[in-house]
Amino acid sequence: MTQLALVIDLNVCVGCQACVTSCKEWNTSGQAGGLADLNPYGADPTGTFFNRVQTFEVGEFPNTQTVHFPKSCLHCEDPPCVPVCPTGASYKRAEDGIVLVDYDKCIGCKYCSWACPYGVREVENERKVMTKCTLCVDRIYDESLPPSDRRPACVMACPTSARLFGDIHDPESEVSRAIRDHAGYALMPEWGTHPSNHYLPRRRTDAHHHDDQLVRADNPLHIEGRQPKPPFKDPALDDVTSW
Amino acid sequence: MTPVPGAPATEIRKTTCYMCACRCGIRVHLRDGEVRYIDGNPDHPLNRGVICAKGSSGIMKQYSPARLTRPLRRKEGSARGDGEYEPISWDEALSMLEERLRAIRATDPKRFALFTGRDQMQALTGLFARQFGTPNYAAHGGFCSVNMAAGMIYTIGGSFWEFGGPDLERSRLFVMIGTAEDHHSNPLKIEIAKFKRAGGRFVSINPVRTGYSAIADEWVPIRPGTDGALLLALIHEIIATGLYDRDFLVRYSNAGQLVHGDDAGEASGLFAVDASSPEGDAMYPQNKLWWDRLTDRAVPTHAPDADPYLLGEFTLPGGKRVKPAFQLLEERVRPYAPEWAAAITGIPAATIRRLAHEMGITARDQKIELPIAWTDSWGVEHSTVTGNPVSFHAMRGLAAHSNGFHTIRALAILMSLLGTIDRPGGFRHRAPFPRAIPPAAKPPKGPEAVKPDTPLGALALGWPAAPEDLSVDGDGKPLRLDKGFSWEYPLSVHGLMHNVITNAWRGDPYPIDTLLFFMANMAWNSSMNTVEVRRMLNDRDEQGRYRIPFVVVSDTFQSEMAGFADLILPDTTYLERHDVMSMLDRPISEFDGPVDSVRMPVLPPKGECRPFQEVLIELAGRLGLPAFVRPDGARKYRDYPDFIVNYETEPGSGIGFLAGWRGKGGEKFMHGEPNPRQWEMYAANNCVYHHALPPSYCYMRNWNQGYLEWTQRVRMRRHSQPILIQLYSEVLQKFRLAAQGRRPGRTPPEHLKDRIATYFDPLPFYYAPLEAQATDSERFPLAAITQRPMAMYHSWDSQNAWLRQIHAHNHLYVNPATARAQGIADGAWMWVESPWGKVRCMARYSEAVEPGTVWTWNAVGKAAGAWRLDANANESHRGFLLNHLITDELPWRGTRISNSDPVTGQAGWYDVHVRIRPAAAGEPAESWPQFAAVPPLPGTAEALPALQSYVAGTRKGKA
Repeated sequence: MTQLALVIDLNVCVGCQACVTSCKEWNTSGQAGGLADLNPYGADPTGTFFNRVQTFEVGEFPNTQTVHFPKSCLHCEDPPCVPVCPTGASYKRAEDGIVLVDYDKCIGCKYCSWACPYGVREVENERKVMTKCTLCVDRIYDESLPPSDRRPACVMACPTSARLFGDIHDPESEVSRAIRDHAGYALMPEWGTHPSNHYLPRRRTDAHHHDDQLVRADNPLHIEGRQPKPPFKDPALDDVTSW
Repeated sequence: MTPVPGAPATEIRKTTCYMCACRCGIRVHLRDGEVRYIDGNPDHPLNRGVICAKGSSGIMKQYSPARLTRPLRRKEGSARGDGEYEPISWDEALSMLEERLRAIRATDPKRFALFTGRDQMQALTGLFARQFGTPNYAAHGGFCSVNMAAGMIYTIGGSFWEFGGPDLERSRLFVMIGTAEDHHSNPLKIEIAKFKRAGGRFVSINPVRTGYSAIADEWVPIRPGTDGALLLALIHEIIATGLYDRDFLVRYSNAGQLVHGDDAGEASGLFAVDASSPEGDAMYPQNKLWWDRLTDRAVPTHAPDADPYLLGEFTLPGGKRVKPAFQLLEERVRPYAPEWAAAITGIPAATIRRLAHEMGITARDQKIELPIAWTDSWGVEHSTVTGNPVSFHAMRGLAAHSNGFHTIRALAILMSLLGTIDRPGGFRHRAPFPRAIPPAAKPPKGPEAVKPDTPLGALALGWPAAPEDLSVDGDGKPLRLDKGFSWEYPLSVHGLMHNVITNAWRGDPYPIDTLLFFMANMAWNSSMNTVEVRRMLNDRDEQGRYRIPFVVVSDTFQSEMAGFADLILPDTTYLERHDVMSMLDRPISEFDGPVDSVRMPVLPPKGECRPFQEVLIELAGRLGLPAFVRPDGARKYRDYPDFIVNYETEPGSGIGFLAGWRGKGGEKFMHGEPNPRQWEMYAANNCVYHHALPPSYCYMRNWNQGYLEWTQRVRMRRHSQPILIQLYSEVLQKFRLAAQGRRPGRTPPEHLKDRIATYFDPLPFYYAPLEAQATDSERFPLAAITQRPMAMYHSWDSQNAWLRQIHAHNHLYVNPATARAQGIADGAWMWVESPWGKVRCMARYSEAVEPGTVWTWNAVGKAAGAWRLDANANESHRGFLLNHLITDELPWRGTRISNSDPVTGQAGWYDVHVRIRPAAAGEPAESWPQFAAVPPLPGTAEALPALQSYVAGTRKGKA
């Protein structure tokens, strides 16, 4: 059973928001769109985005971490948004595990967004239907695109390759290996939703040097005579001892 | 899932992005004539398929309601800034301009000034100014990062960004200092991610932990403007512990070259030369001396079998005392111990020492040997290329201080001590860099360069090597309106755009007539002292005449500046025009060779928009500027694409704006006769020409004989002398000698002598930024700076419906301890005051800023109504502009002087100091100052939608 998902590497995400707007531009003119913006040029502009980057700080100065945290539908293995839907509009595809909304059935009641513990569903402002990340389902199977382009828009855009895409049920996939090798974790496992998307934590590289690395025979200061040997004729034990 | 049956197919066109200055390759997907999707071009060498938040939002730029679509003339009787305009025809607009410029050119061409923003067409705008005959031309560099260009180029012959950068592919330690996210944005993101995944260690030195610093392995908070102190202390520690790369310094820098002491008259502090050996090229003499430690005598520099002392003092035959340049550097940094720097920077001495050791040990012990044979400039053959894998990156964070030039010299010297210049894992150049130190082009030398109806003999901008290269008259008065290349800012290699309006208003050094700005928002975020600058733009003399008689603006959008113009020329977007990223300007070269590129129009221009390039070529033809007309006076170039193909720098030179596919059939590179199919060939090749060089020409290029001769053969450079790293700068010493009255030739005016003598120090030194020196630090204890949000570029993106949802207004970020001490709550309204002005804004607590610094995002705040936003938009009522706190001039000896670096004229954006207090209860919950809302200009959108749902191919009639 395939379960497509994103694995997001927080170790390299710089919070540039490329995934946010590339998602918007692909999807607003795609099968999930349009994605309306309210007051696009006025006060408090707000619109539908399937993917947003939240930025927060951890720790106190000077031991502060600034974390950029991209968040979109996690395509849970056991999605709580599906059983609460009164019309069957919210569904999880058997073939690839993508959680989708059938707009023809959606009545905009928002039960699913109440049920989602991650806050990743957004009611579209104009059509008043529930929308969310589709993993660019209208790209990834499109045979008119070259194979390298059959990836979600956010994954294609990401300048740091922080977004990996693949089947987390295939143990040899890039995403499974990344989760395994870099301590990938799921959000809020206590909810039992088994999110498919995973996050890779920050990994810190430290420097380790030893004091003796500062003491070297080839120190160039020797050549300049700045670390001179004592003059040959200076007093030494040789002059005063014999065994 | 397959595409919806019957969905209109999309057509893909390739071009080059311009949502920032990065210049990534893009694929524009069109559906039914509208932009459906813009993604990165996977076959482009710069971005390799990725794209950023701005690039992905190009659609909203294209269809922005703020688009100017018709030429506009300010209504008779209305004031500048009122925004009252009437549409006119292009012919009217151009005739008006032609008539005005013709009269100026026939009398005094310098009364026309052309200043441009981040335009990427400086080769054309500079040519236009030169042909017109005015020295009053510059682009945005003076207020951007000229310190980074000048400080590095005068030291290592290259700089960051387009000029060169960190080789993260092979680096092990990467140190980024200050805000630099936007300069080489996508390529740097790609490389930092790969670097981190390969286990490299990333250290960020920055008052603020945002941007790329977020993913640094170590964040070292530093007080703004003190980077120079840190770098000098690092140099101190590296020399004191012997962690410098001696072999590298000996051969590739002037470390071993002997410098006269103070007793050598007009040669004091200059390099000792062997008058009997040939100097080679007179511009770059090679007959300097080493003191050979094997034979204990002076020998010609780089003599075979010699090895110079780097430390010590020696006596030349004849009795003159000399010291190697390195000895002078060592003496200079001796007092700059880590403990000294700790008190200035706020970084513990132990951390400074540890960083110095880490840099030195990594450089020395993790050496890279590449099996690449090459020959150096002195004929020595090397079987390998060595790399010391420590790299750095910095841009405006270091540059935008009035002590930035010496800070950046210190950085370049640190990089050199570590042996990392143009080597694997260190810093690498991008063609056409490295250039000679300094590069050969020189600015006009005095008033005689400006003659009616005559082009300038040289480019308006250049690289002074001595006082003789300054643009001053016999009394030392400036030739240029911005006083560039004068004794006030002798090495202002990019000009000083930030003082142009103030100087023009004051008539200092002289009044001008017409000021033409191209995409430069001088009435807002590109000016210091913004309120006053707006007043100056609108100020009249006693007779009611404008002090700046005529202001012309070419822009794509209704910026704040557009509303102050007498004449507005609507430019196109980047998707509607041809453009070149030229080798004559700032190309997009890679480490492995020259790259230039083009933009191809993918959409027709909106309304009556015309590319500014076309306007310049049309005007140049009408004015009969020699390079743009035939001998009989007829216009030479049909349009911009025709100009790009057929223009040659001189008749028959074979050098033009594009280096790729020259020659009749496109078989030549860099020089060759015009190729009528050149545009097609770029279009068929991802809009980019990449001339990959063999590996032996990809490293050590300052001293790589094969590479340097190749650059001569392809005419990229005229000179092929080795480009020795200038630890000690003789150029600076020549200015100092002039100021000390110890050098024949030009001398500075009396009031500037000690300024020149102080700041033209041949070795880097630390001084507090000039503004800090002029500010009472007890009353104004906090540094205030800006950083650039990665989702926006300058002021360009507030009209962008998607991007402004990410940053609709800005807060002032304050360390909670600092805020609480003043009783300011998180999210509360507060006042920020500098000696020069105040703003009211909202506070946001942040643990990611050092307690002595407050900061905000640059250029998010807007004037009401500008950029065609609603008058009540967040940008104008909750956002704010820090510029109101920054002065354009500092009090100086009873007069005033530009708030700029005294060496280069770099704008001191990041030097302001402030104090903070809570806003009183009952004050309006609104940012201050506020400005009367400007009305929508004719030709911009008539109404703004309350709801916008963009679906490509369905907007017929709406665009």
